Amino acid sequence: MEKTILEVENLRIRYGGAPTDAVRGVSFTLGRERLGIVGESGSGKSTVGRALLRLLPGATITADRLRFAELDLPSLSEKEMLKVRGRRMSMILQDPKFSLNPIRRVGDQVAETYLRHFRCSKAEARDKALAMLEAVKIRDSKRVYDQYPHEISGGMGQRVMIAMMLLADPDLVIADEPTSALDVTVRLQVLNILDGLVRDRGIGLIMISHDLNLVRNFCDRVLIMYAGRIVETLAAADLDKAKHPYTRGLLAAQPRVGGGRAPLAVLDRRPEWLEEIA
Amino acid sequence: MDARVQPTFRLPAPVQALKNIVLFLLKSPTSTFGLFVLALLVLVAAFAPLIATHDPYAQDLANTLQAPGNGHLFGTDELGRDIFSRLVFGARITLTIIFLVSIVVGPIGLIIGTTAGYLGGKVDTVMMRITDIFLSFPSLILSLAFVAALGPSLNNAIIAIALTSWPPIARLARAEAMTFRKADYISAARLQGASSTRIIFKSIMPMCLPSVLIRLTLNMATVILTAAGLGFLGLGAQPPLPEWGAMIATGRKYMLDSWWLVTFPGISILSVSLAFNLLGDGLRDALDPKQMNRR
Amino acid sequence: MSVSVECRDLAITFGTGPTAAKVLPGVTFSVQPGECFGLVGESGSGKSTVLRCVSMLTDIWTGDILIGGKPVRDMPLIKRCRMLQMVFQDPYGSLHPRQSVRTVLNEPLVIHKLGDREERMRKAITDVGLPISFLDRFPHQLSGGQRQRVAIARALILEPSLLLLDEPTSALDVSVQAEILNLLQRLREERGFTYIMVTHDLAVVDHMCDRFAVMLHGEITEVLPREAIPGNRATHPYARELIGASLEYEGAH
Repeated sequence: MEKTILEVENLRIRYGGAPTDAVRGVSFTLGRERLGIVGESGSGKSTVGRALLRLLPGATITADRLRFAELDLPSLSEKEMLKVRGRRMSMILQDPKFSLNPIRRVGDQVAETYLRHFRCSKAEARDKALAMLEAVKIRDSKRVYDQYPHEISGGMGQRVMIAMMLLADPDLVIADEPTSALDVTVRLQVLNILDGLVRDRGIGLIMISHDLNLVRNFCDRVLIMYAGRIVETLAAADLDKAKHPYTRGLLAAQPRVGGGRAPLAVLDRRPEWLEEIA
Repeated sequence: MDARVQPTFRLPAPVQALKNIVLFLLKSPTSTFGLFVLALLVLVAAFAPLIATHDPYAQDLANTLQAPGNGHLFGTDELGRDIFSRLVFGARITLTIIFLVSIVVGPIGLIIGTTAGYLGGKVDTVMMRITDIFLSFPSLILSLAFVAALGPSLNNAIIAIALTSWPPIARLARAEAMTFRKADYISAARLQGASSTRIIFKSIMPMCLPSVLIRLTLNMATVILTAAGLGFLGLGAQPPLPEWGAMIATGRKYMLDSWWLVTFPGISILSVSLAFNLLGDGLRDALDPKQMNRR
Repeated sequence: MSVSVECRDLAITFGTGPTAAKVLPGVTFSVQPGECFGLVGESGSGKSTVLRCVSMLTDIWTGDILIGGKPVRDMPLIKRCRMLQMVFQDPYGSLHPRQSVRTVLNEPLVIHKLGDREERMRKAITDVGLPISFLDRFPHQLSGGQRQRVAIARALILEPSLLLLDEPTSALDVSVQAEILNLLQRLREERGFTYIMVTHDLAVVDHMCDRFAVMLHGEITEVLPREAIPGNRATHPYARELIGASLEYEGAH
């Protein structure tokens, strides 16, 4: 039975000093499922992800309802948020070249998650970290533990990131373009690992991406965002039957293997999409 | 139909950019202070004859070491000259020093630094060793040497200061050039057949300019203090020039009883140095390329 | 006028003797006049390096690169610039931040002492689908797609025969990518350019290219026609792996 772990109603976000809202009235719920949020640059999808974790200093976030499990997120103090981030809600970032601390060994960075949120000795945290590295299919976990981020490949770095973010057994994981910086042969590996862990542990996953293929294959439901609003919500399996012209436009604009040589359909952005609410 | 499109009236790009930068600086109290003091300096120097109450060189031996008041805003010095008027005319000397040092140090440092950074290899090595040689001279020692060779004067002091101030600028420009030369737009320029000279002057230098400008303004404080120090040592401006540092030097003898001889020149030096520091700080934010859209 | 490209034993080696590092062990391929040839591979495979060698941005290579039958090394700079041009990957790094579009397009005309500059610039900017008023804009006033169009205009203004495209759309949104790919396609049809396109996206290869080479660790594993993609008819194990992963990633449909 799916329990709703996240309720978002009428989320509005405006960056300090900006003339308009970056996110204009977004509403959705999330159970123990995999939800994809798809949009182009400027659609506000990454902003939504970061707002959930309150990682937007200087932005004004308002919502009729922003509920994570039993917690009312806007009412939490920063101190209380520290207990939530990493422990109950975490985020996998895009490029391990930039998201891993370059001057610390990767194993220590993973272990830090455990040390921050649980009372334990350094040795215990290390063991947990090693176990987690094995769980993300890093075979030589002891050797990789001691390596620095620049010594490991992109795919391995992203697996380290997954290990770091899933170690404390969170209820909700937000993945912000988790495979965009990776080569194609590695993408599937990393996604399968993430998918396996998410299913096994019953974690709710929000996958933020610009890649329709990705969400089609790895999510249960998909939200399409355009200019700060959700223009369509549908099941991932029904993506080809999308009704909103923007979604259909995005699908048509993508080159496909075996798709022929005719000029790609160019998106005709209609001004009324800015005002519609799905 | 007119084949040449007439654009709507717009200020030329550099003027527009300057206007935007000034407006940005005015948003912060510290850089506003810096701008204000410097504007004041320029105005005072420009209108010195109108602002000064007395002739800065006129001696009045009957009225030496008068306290402020009585027609002399800042009092008189040991030869009866009005300190206020001397300060006002001294502003011209301060500005001259700043201006001359900048137009020597800026271009030399920029050209040497960007050329060394862009071309690399032997050119870089040679130019950097030359830079190191100049960098290893403390400015005061070099000034002493200059003065010993050529005689003490304000111009010699300025040359000495300029010769020791350009190496940090060159180093900075080189570091920036080494980063920018990897950019795709430089590759594109090379693919179009642009010569190295063209690339350095048209593409690399404009990108290094903000850092160099900021560094120059921050350097100005040091330059003024060094010039004042040289004046203090008697190596820079010679009497009766009303250079602020020289005024402090001569006023030192009478400092305990006649505080006004050193206090007012001292505050002037302090204010201008501080203003340059604050302005340089503000410029660093104003010229940050990421701020371009905000301006 | 279309040109052919031939690359024979292109190699880059640092150092000598047993400790020499073969950055590019050896690349051989040929491109027909008017063809769109793809160079596909993962990061570190050397595909961008090959482009930089062909364009002579890097000149420490050994081997032969012939454009239209003539060695590129022997070509005088001016001739080379009118023969080949390149479009870079990152639209935010390929235009000088402080130069207006007009300056960007004017520079090559001045360097090559071409006349009718205003006319040529206007033609170039309209050929890439941008209004003439954009000549007075600066890069920070342009979107990613618009910048890439300006970069293409810059490449076209010297009327080259060979265009080297280094992942020209990988940094762009899907809808913008479609516009740029359509533009590149149209230009090739109208003017008979030869393209060498580096990309990691096989869907783009399938859409744009006639043949493509799969690179791994600085070597070409296999050269395939675009028809080999849908059924994964590659024979080399790495090429099979790459195409297989891409097909799987696109999903079964």
